[in-house]
Amino acid sequence: MASGLHESDVANPVLRWIDARLPVITMMQKEYGTFPTPRNFNYFWNFGALAMVNLLIMIATGVFLAMNYTPHTSMAFDSVERIMRDVNFGWLLRYVHANGASMFFIVVYIHIWRGLYYGSYKAPRELLWMLGVVIFLLMMATAFMGYVLPWGQMSFWGATVITNLFSALPLIGPDIVTWLWGGFSVDNPTLNRFYSLHYLLPFVIFGVVFLHVAALHITGSNNPLGIDPKGPQDTVPFHPYYTAKDSVGLIAYFVVFAILVFFFPNMLGHPDNYIPANPLVTPAHIVPEWYFLPFYAILRAVPDKLGGVALMFGSIAILFVLPWLDTSPVRSMRFRPVAKIFLFLWLIAFFVLLYCGGKPPEEPFVTIARVAAAYYFLYFLVILPLLGRLERPLPLPESIARPVLRGGGPLPVGAMSKPMEKA
Amino acid sequence: MPVKATLKAVVVAAGLLAGAGLGTLPARAASGGEALPHVNFSFDGLFGHFDRASAQRGFQVYKEVCANCHSMHLLSYRNLRELGLSEAQVRGIAASVQVKDGPNDEGEMFERPGRPSDRFHSPFPNEQAARAANNGALPPDLSLITKAREGGAQYVHALLTGYEDPPPGVTLMPGMNYNKYFAGHQIAMAQPLSSDGQVEYTDGTQPTVEQMVRDVSQFLTWAAEPELEQRKAMGVKMVIFLVILGGFAYAIKRKVWSDVH
Repeated sequence: MASGLHESDVANPVLRWIDARLPVITMMQKEYGTFPTPRNFNYFWNFGALAMVNLLIMIATGVFLAMNYTPHTSMAFDSVERIMRDVNFGWLLRYVHANGASMFFIVVYIHIWRGLYYGSYKAPRELLWMLGVVIFLLMMATAFMGYVLPWGQMSFWGATVITNLFSALPLIGPDIVTWLWGGFSVDNPTLNRFYSLHYLLPFVIFGVVFLHVAALHITGSNNPLGIDPKGPQDTVPFHPYYTAKDSVGLIAYFVVFAILVFFFPNMLGHPDNYIPANPLVTPAHIVPEWYFLPFYAILRAVPDKLGGVALMFGSIAILFVLPWLDTSPVRSMRFRPVAKIFLFLWLIAFFVLLYCGGKPPEEPFVTIARVAAAYYFLYFLVILPLLGRLERPLPLPESIARPVLRGGGPLPVGAMSKPMEKA
Repeated sequence: MPVKATLKAVVVAAGLLAGAGLGTLPARAASGGEALPHVNFSFDGLFGHFDRASAQRGFQVYKEVCANCHSMHLLSYRNLRELGLSEAQVRGIAASVQVKDGPNDEGEMFERPGRPSDRFHSPFPNEQAARAANNGALPPDLSLITKAREGGAQYVHALLTGYEDPPPGVTLMPGMNYNKYFAGHQIAMAQPLSSDGQVEYTDGTQPTVEQMVRDVSQFLTWAAEPELEQRKAMGVKMVIFLVILGGFAYAIKRKVWSDVH
């Protein structure tokens, strides 16, 4: 071996030359080719890859939108309309980007649900999970600032309401709000900095996604049974098995995405955002984008402003400590008959909050939202810590291979040792 | 097992979508009051397209009635080519308005006949002038009106046909009109299309109020979503392509996994 060169086994001489000096091909082969992956994934395990694709779509469309967008209060709205009317396929770019945000949240919510149901947050994947929560927070910030850019009525008033939340902080609150705005109201400086940050944050997300994936490749993936693979009979190489399976999920996702973009491009938006921003006219109901509604409902469920802001941020912050709140050593809810029921109730509470967040703040929605918000926190703070001690889990299977291959017994591993020859 | 899991995933995704729809739609409808009467438009549905004759008549209605107060500043005269008007017709329509241009080499602003590249001529020079001429109310720009109102073209149709006498007990503010589909029911705009034959159509279509309202709704939808036809046609092809591709992907997945299951 030449001094310090990586011993590459790539056949192509040019690629081998590169790989010997910068072993990216070996790395990709190791992390995405032969990477041992539990053999029992269901389709819920597609959503991580889908989120990755979605991020790339957002960045790609966003870069081209930015070439045609003008971040100035007097021109932003009309520049977006010029994209819709005069830029070649500008309408497609913008509708993909706008609905891509909704798709991103749908995908990530399902991805988070997958983690909650199969206990993917538990040891040894705590840091992996926490990085995921960081990505989620960054996504929310990015989506919020992106929604401000078209400078429609909901852009302006949404920005006003959300930035004003910080004024609830004691002592420094009002100063922070002035600092965020770059002035004494939401105005051109606000739009400029939101545009700058909206372009920056996706790349920060990309960086954290890299860490998320790096951490995943240390611990390996969880799986629907929540038990660790015990040997090669429990895993398959990532390629071609999961590249093939992810392709199926990816196309199903594209179908949903296409239906949204081509037939219902404005279904998830708000009509008021096609009215140019007017600081003198307040819309009848200021509603955030649908993916913020559960948290908006928690905010409004508390009669005190500071308390509402604290609970809203707390509802996400609590996810950071979830790995330690859940005291049960059993990961998958399949083997936790009692916790499973409480988790499904939590899911219902989440949807109830989403529903109430879109309703005007009046009865009966306020009371319903309060009950749902209380249960949201009760699940994490009381039920999960207690159930770890009280619940008797079902017996765990011996290994991943046994319940998958009916009858168990010795495994025909010959097929798996040379997976590349099959396709 | 995978089938069950797929179903679960689909149900969750559908639930999120439906939840989003439920969460936002009724809230918006709540401000509008009465349910809108349903009208079938040619641009509805997966294969929707614009009825160009109707949209051209709608443009005539806009030009002769609405344009007295409402601007459409996002549209240019050249856009009318997409409605089937000829180059000469578009030039004629554009030239019928005087556009302020300049400064010229002497530094003077001057007026010239409009060109196809000009934006639609606005009836008022600014918001204050529009309000002053309309009893303090601002006639909204109509470029995006069907996207900027819950219900879209259905709402425009309902609003234009929703004028009636105020019910007993309701006192209108001075200069206001009663409209059962308008939020709060008091609208500053007087009924704009009130009698049959208000606009003289040249293609033989009877200009009833209902016909004029439908035509102008068609025109305004085109104005707000000129890409609609291209978008839906592309969508049909895209979905068919993806479904076929998905079939192949699933077949490959089955083949790849056949030795594991």
